[in-house]
Amino acid sequence: METLMAFTLGFMAAGSVYLLLSHNLVRVLFGLILLSNAANFVIFAAGGMTEGLPPLIAPGAKGLTGVYSNPLPQALILTAIVISFGLLAFALVLVYRGYQELGTVDSDRMRLAEPPHPDQDIPEPEEPRRPQVRDASHRVGNIREPVGREPAGSDAS
Amino acid sequence: MSWYLIAPILVPMTTAVLAILLWNHRPAQRAVSAAGAALHLVTAILLMAQVWQGGILAGQMGGWPAPFGITLVADHLSAVMVLITGIMGLGVGLYSLSDINEDRERNGFHPLYHVLLTGVTGAFITGDLFNLYVWFEVMLIASFALLALGAEKEQLDGAIKYAVINVVATVMFLIAVGILYGLTGTLNMADLAVRLPQVEQQGLVTTVAILFMITFGIKSAVFPLFFWLPASYHTPAVAVSAIFAGLLTKVGVYALVRTFTLIFTGDVAYTHTALLVVAGLTMVTGVLGAAAQNEIRRILSFHIISQIGYMVMGLALYTPLGLIGAVFYLVHHIIVKTNLFLVAGVAKRLTGSMELKKIGGLYKASPLLAVLFLIPALSLAGIPPLSGFWAKLVLIRASLEIGSYAIAATAILVGLLTMFSMTKIWGEAFWKPHPGGDIRVLGISDLTAKERVLLIGPIVVFAAMTVAIGLWTQPFLDLATRASAELLAPAPYIEAVLGPSGAQHAGAQP
Repeated sequence: METLMAFTLGFMAAGSVYLLLSHNLVRVLFGLILLSNAANFVIFAAGGMTEGLPPLIAPGAKGLTGVYSNPLPQALILTAIVISFGLLAFALVLVYRGYQELGTVDSDRMRLAEPPHPDQDIPEPEEPRRPQVRDASHRVGNIREPVGREPAGSDAS
Repeated sequence: MSWYLIAPILVPMTTAVLAILLWNHRPAQRAVSAAGAALHLVTAILLMAQVWQGGILAGQMGGWPAPFGITLVADHLSAVMVLITGIMGLGVGLYSLSDINEDRERNGFHPLYHVLLTGVTGAFITGDLFNLYVWFEVMLIASFALLALGAEKEQLDGAIKYAVINVVATVMFLIAVGILYGLTGTLNMADLAVRLPQVEQQGLVTTVAILFMITFGIKSAVFPLFFWLPASYHTPAVAVSAIFAGLLTKVGVYALVRTFTLIFTGDVAYTHTALLVVAGLTMVTGVLGAAAQNEIRRILSFHIISQIGYMVMGLALYTPLGLIGAVFYLVHHIIVKTNLFLVAGVAKRLTGSMELKKIGGLYKASPLLAVLFLIPALSLAGIPPLSGFWAKLVLIRASLEIGSYAIAATAILVGLLTMFSMTKIWGEAFWKPHPGGDIRVLGISDLTAKERVLLIGPIVVFAAMTVAIGLWTQPFLDLATRASAELLAPAPYIEAVLGPSGAQHAGAQP
């Protein structure tokens, strides 16, 4: 069981890293969600996995005895879930607000706080308005550009 | 249960709640905010006095004995950090009354500010790793909101980067905590200190130590994990970036100091050498980054990074003198850095910008502000007799003592470069005439009386503190010495938390 869990965790972590490295902030958010769930599973697995043994104290007994499933990791995870839910909800709103103000979810084109160096090859100057679908084909490696603009449609639904 | 321990957390929490209840009554909200900050300082002073007289103070929440319940514990380091949080909280709180505009106040600046103080204070006092995680989150969510408050384009851009990297850091923290729990079956820091040496898989312990190092490294912006800081700290309102500059990264440093003196001391040769390398690179990259900038707050942001290097260096040396230096540096730097951001705010108020190319003539307009800038600036660069000189001196002596000449040379060189970029601000903003030609730069006398008290008052007090630490160094060194002694010999800390029989205590099995 632990081995299976370890592999699952590995895949989740790898997937989240892949998503986190994306330019598209929506993907980054998905990466964060995946990563925080992976973290919860880490605690769960680290706390020891026992099958079919509830963390209940038998009538008359004063504590848990023998082999039992440890309730503490579950309490930790519960706290962590609540907290990360709050953080991720805030992050989602932040990205959406950023999209409204900056007109993009591409982190490379958000260069207001840190203006690009003149020598740096940053794609096209920042235009603070909602993006039209423009010809982006001259930009190398940016074929997926329209995907980044998806929220314009989803926001109406 | 000692009230001295709970009060510094409870007061800002209550203030935040009151401020939320008074959401639509701005004057009342402002009064509550200022009073709450003052009361927070009072509780912090009481805690400091208590710890100074009676030694380490520990309390168990809900009366659960130590390894099971949540422990609050204050040794000299915690107490002094809480005290400095109280001082900064009040100073910046007063400054914010004049600096934060009505719009931001309406959107909840005051409650958020006190939630931030709650989180910071809680992180300093807690004695439990999972609880530390929770306080980090309290602090983090407040800082996200404060950073984005006002929702200017720059702010949103900075806030997104800040938020994403910090969430990643917290998740890593959680993973590390989980693995540590799996290894030892406890998350109480004192209990961990007892049990970790008994763990068979010491390799895994070192791995977890590195995870913690990365986590707290992101929080405290060390090389190479610092890039989020200069991307975000210069975007929000001045009062917000001042309190961030003073406190937020220092919580990361505090956590590093705490964990790497109390818990992860099994493989000092490896972990602390890694920290030393990181410290040197942090100093150099920070100061070089600062040299390339042309906006006051961005220069100052990069300086935070290079100064963090000094504190980590003190920890990495892991000698009594090194830790004295680290503690001394922490306190000195919080005061100086907050003050510099506050001065930058006033400079913006008087000249209308923070871009060095667009401003000038401040010295002619208000020599007083020039002096108030010079005191923290020279202290940051390490000019005697200001506080920064003693902090650097102690650290450099500590590194010479154990023959780490490379890091000593780096520290001195970085001090010189700091001086260089401070003279850059001085020359551009204060000395050269205003590029607008005949534009008259406002002086302090042009501010209203209320603004003078609220904006200049905290700056004067902080500057006086910098000078005082520089001239009467001995009491502060004594305090740092006590803190460092406790950090290097954690037995009293463990005993205070776990009780006399603590070392033999057998807790729950994982």
